[in-house]
Amino acid sequence: MVSDKQIVVPGEVLAEGDYRIGENVYRNGKTILATMVGIARVEEDKVSVIALHGFYMPMVGDVVIGIVEDVGVTHWLVDINAPYPGVLRASEAFGRAFDPTRHELLDELKIGDVLIAKILSFDRTHDPVLTLNESGLGKVKDGVVVSLTPSKIPRLIGRKGSMLSIIQQKTGCQIVVGQNGMVLAKSQDKRMEDLVIKIIKLIEREAHTSGLTNRVAKLLDAEIEQMRGT
Amino acid sequence: MGKIKLIDENGIRTDGRRADELRPIKIDVGTLENANGSAYIEQGKCKILAAVYGPHEAHPRHLTQPDRAILRCRYHMAPFSVPERKSPAPSRREIELSKVIRESLEPVVMTELFPRTMIDIFIEVLQADGGTRCVGLTAASLALADAGIPLRGLVAACAAGKVDGQIVLDLNDLEDKEGEADCPIAFIPQLNVFSLLQMDGLMAVEEYEEAVHLALEGCRRIYEMQIEAIKKKYRETKAEENNQ
Repeated sequence: MVSDKQIVVPGEVLAEGDYRIGENVYRNGKTILATMVGIARVEEDKVSVIALHGFYMPMVGDVVIGIVEDVGVTHWLVDINAPYPGVLRASEAFGRAFDPTRHELLDELKIGDVLIAKILSFDRTHDPVLTLNESGLGKVKDGVVVSLTPSKIPRLIGRKGSMLSIIQQKTGCQIVVGQNGMVLAKSQDKRMEDLVIKIIKLIEREAHTSGLTNRVAKLLDAEIEQMRGT
Repeated sequence: MGKIKLIDENGIRTDGRRADELRPIKIDVGTLENANGSAYIEQGKCKILAAVYGPHEAHPRHLTQPDRAILRCRYHMAPFSVPERKSPAPSRREIELSKVIRESLEPVVMTELFPRTMIDIFIEVLQADGGTRCVGLTAASLALADAGIPLRGLVAACAAGKVDGQIVLDLNDLEDKEGEADCPIAFIPQLNVFSLLQMDGLMAVEEYEEAVHLALEGCRRIYEMQIEAIKKKYRETKAEENNQ
């Protein structure tokens, strides 16, 4: 039996017997083994592994940030940092009245445009379909996009959003977190945007360490202090 | 022509090892910034870099499988990896090794979790000194783990062979060329499965069995070092944080 919060590697035996299977583990006979490099979690009768590095698998309902990579006649293809391209149908931008003979997709979105989108549907046989028709979604006009390992998104958000709200409060930046590991930061002050990038990179590097929220808060205070001084 | 003496009267091999000793091994995980996962390994004079990309959309499209991801593996020797310049074009031997390495890794990768995609594995031999398929395989399995691809376990690989009538572990280039036989194996400890078993040369049945057991023991030792190498990467960030 592993202890909680221990670093494990793929194939490492985590437990034996009747445990429930959590994320990133599998059962082989009676033993439960890890499938990823990560931190072991043991909660009562459930064993799981929080991955330290991973890629994004689309999930229905996730908000993601993507970049338009191809324009077709009836749809756009969006790079959502996943093994599959996101499909954005033309009707998302033109409505039901979309007619490929009259509408030109390039008028709405070009290659390289950044989008905040939601995953409408996805399964093993079909590529993820995106939607923009909800508040908060759509084309991004300003701000900076930072990427980090998707498995560290929960750490960036923090418990009940604690980490994210500290960063937003202290820097005054508006932050949109895409579940696919892409994060958008928006502020009037370019220096604050740079600071957010620095903090996110720090969180990515030290996600598996404890007391991170406090350290981030301290670093933010120190940096902002220094900025005001100069 | 007199035969080269590969093991002296004290049982010491040309590079100073005993029969059941591995070459000194140094492993780094996550060496490359741009690949999704990577590993660098030095085993004796062998220096090999492995990198992994993916899973991503499969190209060319006709290769896609509706129920699983496909693996693509390239084993390549740098032109400067051997004493006489090697042509950089893939040789017959490299194409074959790419295939056997891919097939050795396939049982551990949980390809069924991401259908219609492709995983690219690149193994670049920077310096060769015998046993590169095993060393490359050891590195490739670490690069896969580093890329965050779900695995059933790690693959450890090691060779044993017959040199000067003796069964020895982890042959170097000279022993491979001048010795009687070479038997590389890859082993997956969790599944208790051999994923590679080859032999080149001549051995009696008893010698063969002894060689496989010795190589298996080598795999187990290498497996321990693989685990240590992955954990080291994350322990280092922890150490840095304490210094601040």
